[in-house]
Amino acid sequence: MILILLCALVGLAPPTDVRAYDTPSDGGGEVVVEWRLSTDDETIDGYDIYRSENGADFVKVGFIGKNRSSYGDRTEDGVTYQYKVAVVSDTLRSFSQPSAEVASSASWINVAKLNIYVAMILFGGLILYFIYHARKGKKLFIRKIAGLQAIDDAVGRATEMGKPILYTLGLGYIEDIATIASLNILGEVAKKTAQYDTKLIVPNADPIVYTVAREIVKESYTKVGRPDAYDPDSVFFLAREQMAYAAGIDGIMTRERPATNFLVGYFAAESLVLAETGAATGAIQIAGTDALAQLPFFVTACDYTLIGEELYAASAYISKRPLLLGAIKGEDWAKVIIATALILASVIGLLSRFPILNLFQ
Amino acid sequence: MNISTDPWIWISSILSLAILSFLYRENPFFRAAEHIFLGVANGYLVTFYWHRILMPILFRPLFQQGDLLLIIPFTIGILYLTRFIPRISWLVRIPIAIYMGYWTGVLIPATIQAQIIKQVQGTVLTSANFQSWNAGAWGIVWSVIVFIGVLCTLSYFYFSREHKGVIGVTSRVGIVFVMIGFGAAFGYTVMARISLLIGKLQFLLGDWLGLIR
Repeated sequence: MILILLCALVGLAPPTDVRAYDTPSDGGGEVVVEWRLSTDDETIDGYDIYRSENGADFVKVGFIGKNRSSYGDRTEDGVTYQYKVAVVSDTLRSFSQPSAEVASSASWINVAKLNIYVAMILFGGLILYFIYHARKGKKLFIRKIAGLQAIDDAVGRATEMGKPILYTLGLGYIEDIATIASLNILGEVAKKTAQYDTKLIVPNADPIVYTVAREIVKESYTKVGRPDAYDPDSVFFLAREQMAYAAGIDGIMTRERPATNFLVGYFAAESLVLAETGAATGAIQIAGTDALAQLPFFVTACDYTLIGEELYAASAYISKRPLLLGAIKGEDWAKVIIATALILASVIGLLSRFPILNLFQ
Repeated sequence: MNISTDPWIWISSILSLAILSFLYRENPFFRAAEHIFLGVANGYLVTFYWHRILMPILFRPLFQQGDLLLIIPFTIGILYLTRFIPRISWLVRIPIAIYMGYWTGVLIPATIQAQIIKQVQGTVLTSANFQSWNAGAWGIVWSVIVFIGVLCTLSYFYFSREHKGVIGVTSRVGIVFVMIGFGAAFGYTVMARISLLIGKLQFLLGDWLGLIR
């Protein structure tokens, strides 16, 4: 009562129009409190936010500086809250009227991300459409990719020299697209090494990738009728730690002297260490990654490099699986749509006042 | 000269020199350091997963606090070990499929937003984008160059046609843009690697031998 009297005496104007609403398009657990700034905003310290839970007394839950008119409060979903906002100036407080009751809840749809949803449906639909046609037996054309033509030569060279082939999947996890593409290529390389009876070495940096790689190599040897030639020790776990992995592979390269090195998958700073060591041993090197920062090193130190999406296309081209061919075809059409969207959006952006960039937030 | 008396700095320095000796050729010192590095890294990994993940997140809540919902991830995890029993080793495909399915679902929307929507936003020709380059009148020129570069690079990664005719020309322009980008990335990364080398030399010459401060 004394404080209210003091406020009245010094004329500290409270904030008005306090409004509380559930934060839209979120996972729940937050209420936004908004208010009209006090007319004394320039001279005050800020605003205290008070909350009443299920009709109980108001308790302070936060403070925000002056010239700010909204506050996000962490809440428990399903509980009813009311809010008051108080102007703070030194020890003085001037309270607003309480807001209407509000309860937070999770939203089913994030309206702000509708554009991503539309893109997902569109691109996903295209890919499914082409996979369907590829499975029906429709021939889908994919242009030749330079690095792939070298695989046969590389395996043949290793066979003639009586030396092994080293296949490195990089540091990627099983969910990385580069790792998945690399596993597809590994399957085809393993078929060739099985046919030519060439030793294959596959060191791994991730336990799950190792498990999958092992299954793939074993399956490839079985598919070409050489299950007896499969050596379970040819696929092994080396190390998860980046530079320990690099040191281990460097050691293999210099001791085993592979005739061909495949560096295909996701790589980080160890890329140049591996590619340079491989080049120094005189091996043919075929690299492929979608790690943009590492591609320059592969381009300079390897004989063939699959750049970014070429790696994904290569896995489809080499395996000829309808699933992958359809996906690449769908991606090609997605690129056409993106290019068209770029041109149309630019024309609209340059010739009209329509806020076209808002569509791409 | 003020040589370090800390045994850990000595161990670290000797192992560093053993690894660096690879620059000359593969040798027993490098081989020893390589095997120690691999052993320590894998030992650390196992300890880390046991103490930081398995015990606090799975075993203690499940077996000591009775959080029975954790039986689901526990069972999925156990399926990985079926690989060692040939008769049921096919079960290993279940946790791998769950893991891949989960991450695919998580990554697809994030990738579309970060690598498609945002790139389109930054490439579209509008007055707002001209200004975002902070290059004055040159902002228009750079924006147009980037716009052409993105379209040509897209055509390079178009796999449904041979690179002949119009696509042949645009894809050649596209790969020039790609190579310019690689050149810039190469220089930038080499600079970063030089700073790592300087850090290692500072450690050897400063912390270990005390020759520099």
